[in-house]
Amino acid sequence: MIGLPAYLVLGALVFSIGLFGVLTRRNAVGILLGIELMLNAVNINLVAFARFNGDVAGLVFTLFTISITVAEVAVGLAIVIAIFRVRRTVEADRLDLLRG
Amino acid sequence: MTLETVGFWVVATVLLASSLAVVLTPNLFHAVLYLAAALVATGVVFLLLEQPFLFAVQLLLYAGGVVTIVVFAIMLTERLVGERIAQTSRHVVNGAIVAAAVFVGIMGFLIGAPLGAPRPAETGDTTAAIGRALVGPFAVTLELLGVLLVVALLGALHFARSEE
Repeated sequence: MIGLPAYLVLGALVFSIGLFGVLTRRNAVGILLGIELMLNAVNINLVAFARFNGDVAGLVFTLFTISITVAEVAVGLAIVIAIFRVRRTVEADRLDLLRG
Repeated sequence: MTLETVGFWVVATVLLASSLAVVLTPNLFHAVLYLAAALVATGVVFLLLEQPFLFAVQLLLYAGGVVTIVVFAIMLTERLVGERIAQTSRHVVNGAIVAAAVFVGIMGFLIGAPLGAPRPAETGDTTAAIGRALVGPFAVTLELLGVLLVVALLGALHFARSEE
């Protein structure tokens, strides 16, 4: 029988991996992929808590985070494409338009 | 070992391996494919937690929708610039240190947290319970989510429109 802590550790590991990706990727799309992993880890935690506490609220919140993530990805990638049109690059280090 | 235990370890291994591949592979397109694998593995974790409805939503929205959008974005940006879709990482050591520190912090919190004895799980069909909760206590949130999706759609159209 796999208990709640195993799922929480799994979620923490995936979250850390996603954070590593966000911190180290140069490409803006790569950074978005890392954010996807982190949100995914949160979903694992929510479902695990809902399952082992017998509370349906966690499942509803998982639905909400999944939907919001889809909206976030659509807008984020539209911004990436818009940036690419202007700057001809999606490397986060070279997007320094606001630097004085 | 029961089937659930074996399934958990297999899925956890696949999930962690594909997650590592997402952040480590030099080819951005491969990273997206590994992300699809990680998302499907997460869906199987939901299945292990006896939530088939969330498994279906995960496959449809995440593995279906998100991955398709990201592939389109890569095609658009990389095809125009004509370069290979290689990507490099920077500050790998610093990133690893920060990520490991966050993991240790979460683990420290977990060890100290009063998780308590697991209560009996929701028996029966959780899909019906989710539906009742969506139109009951979470009805306002559901409506706000609809507004958010419309706004995101319009925003994405605005950002991605052609100039003329």
